[in-house]
Amino acid sequence: MQDVNWTALTIFVLLFAFITWLGFAAANWRRGDLDLLHEWGLGGRRFGTFVSWFLIGGDLYTAYTFIAVPALAFGAGAVAFFAVPYTIVAYPIFFLVFPRIWYVCHKHHYITAGDFVRGRFGNRWLALAVTVTGIVATMPYIALQLVGLQVVIGALGISGTGLFADLPLIIAFVILAAFTYSSGLRAPASIAIVKDILIYTTAFVAVIAIPIELGGFGKIFAAVPASKLLLATPGPNTTGAYSAYATLALGSALALFLYPHSLTGILSASSGRAVRRNAALLPGYSLMLGLLALVGFFAIAAGVAGLPEYAAGFKQFGNNFAVPALFLHSFPSWFVGIAFAGIGIGALVPAAIMSIAAANLYTRNIHREFINKNPTDQQEAQMARWVSLIVKFGALVFIIFVPTQYAIYLQLLGGIWIIQTLPPVILGAYTRWFNDRALLVGWATGIVAGTSMSAAVNLTPTFPLHFAGHTFPGYTALYTVILNIVVAAILTPVFNARLAQRTPLDETVASDYHA
Amino acid sequence: MDGPGKQRRAGSWWYLLLLVQFVAVLWPPFYNRIEPSWIGMPFFYWYQLLWVIIGAVLTAIVYFTTED
Repeated sequence: MQDVNWTALTIFVLLFAFITWLGFAAANWRRGDLDLLHEWGLGGRRFGTFVSWFLIGGDLYTAYTFIAVPALAFGAGAVAFFAVPYTIVAYPIFFLVFPRIWYVCHKHHYITAGDFVRGRFGNRWLALAVTVTGIVATMPYIALQLVGLQVVIGALGISGTGLFADLPLIIAFVILAAFTYSSGLRAPASIAIVKDILIYTTAFVAVIAIPIELGGFGKIFAAVPASKLLLATPGPNTTGAYSAYATLALGSALALFLYPHSLTGILSASSGRAVRRNAALLPGYSLMLGLLALVGFFAIAAGVAGLPEYAAGFKQFGNNFAVPALFLHSFPSWFVGIAFAGIGIGALVPAAIMSIAAANLYTRNIHREFINKNPTDQQEAQMARWVSLIVKFGALVFIIFVPTQYAIYLQLLGGIWIIQTLPPVILGAYTRWFNDRALLVGWATGIVAGTSMSAAVNLTPTFPLHFAGHTFPGYTALYTVILNIVVAAILTPVFNARLAQRTPLDETVASDYHA
Repeated sequence: MDGPGKQRRAGSWWYLLLLVQFVAVLWPPFYNRIEPSWIGMPFFYWYQLLWVIIGAVLTAIVYFTTED
């Protein structure tokens, strides 16, 4: 590993110190009684359009995204750009569905997707399925944030042996856990603003300065091997890379807002109007993501993989080291400090929101539903605080003791699992037509089919579906959620006919879903 | 909470605009090519980046023409 980069490290530490202070100070921001769960876990639903934009953006575009998307472009080429159509189609879905969910959750004081499904379908087991899926899918996602943090800490030249090697990561996580515990969602909301300023600055400097240094986009793309520049044209009787690309984009977009941390960010908005406005404003981040994907090609053109000073980094972190190596290669040390701090803080913001979201789910839809049915407000908020600590500690242990590849596999499976909550949550926002038990069977079918299909292709994202002599490679999550919906739709009339007399009540009415 | 229903229904056709971006970016044969390139960037890349902007404009239009 290269020597410690003192200038960059100093700036990195100073910025971390600043956000630590900010995280604790945030407890007093738009002050509320933090002994209430909706104050701790949703920031009192007080964030307007502006703060929501930073919070939701900071939540969805994680440190891992900033490392992994360019790393995929660096390693695999054009296919990495699926992240762009993914975010393009995500926002219309967001625009259509989530203002409705905001309104109904506001009206009925729902804090989680589990609360909504419980109220809408009156079935606590269906709500439990949604809750457990959410928590299980979130855990490896938190762990992956730590990978982003690990890579930049390594790139700053900090190394050690044994437990000492993980000490910086542990310190960063203790800080994160402490300010989340004390300030709740207000902490990541305030830090998200700092994170975005740093990341935006880095992204724009990178896409302007580095191409100038490298002699323009023409030269950069000329350095990329022809096979990586475009998607492979499909052969006969298969839709090949085309269907894989499109289904990855669509499936990821459908899954995105089902993750608990997305909903936590959305529900913390102060009005449905703020949510709608954000659907039109959030694509600002997509542009940045697209530009950052190109940074993977800059790294190819700059030839960082062949430079001896970065060999150890690539050996340790693989292609995930491409972006840090490029920044070290292209930027002065002080700016490397700013860029790395942006990525590092970019790991803490989503990790904090994810742990809060998981804590809200456990507290509301497992503990309150099945263990202690009548907690006081204070007990409920205190429980969520403890759970947020446990969740983060679990992720930390995972990333220190388990190979990173396992977290990546689990996160892949997490995407397949979380999309199975689409029928009760997204379709449920529009219709109560589905039978609750049919939805539960659909969910179970999707989980089992998705997991086994994924295992059959050695935990890669796409499954080659054979049909009528043709092959349709596509994102397993999208295929299995279609199966899930079909099963639920077929079983709905069957269950309705048999169980008509005990159909559970829907506690929401049509007018709850809009202004 | 409940606004006048007739206003909300009016202009709901505008929502169809949101479908345009799905078609434009989810059909790779439209854009999986090098030429025409722009400032040295293959069509594949600048086309999709351009659709980020067009998609945002379309969503903004729907925002202003519909009620929540």
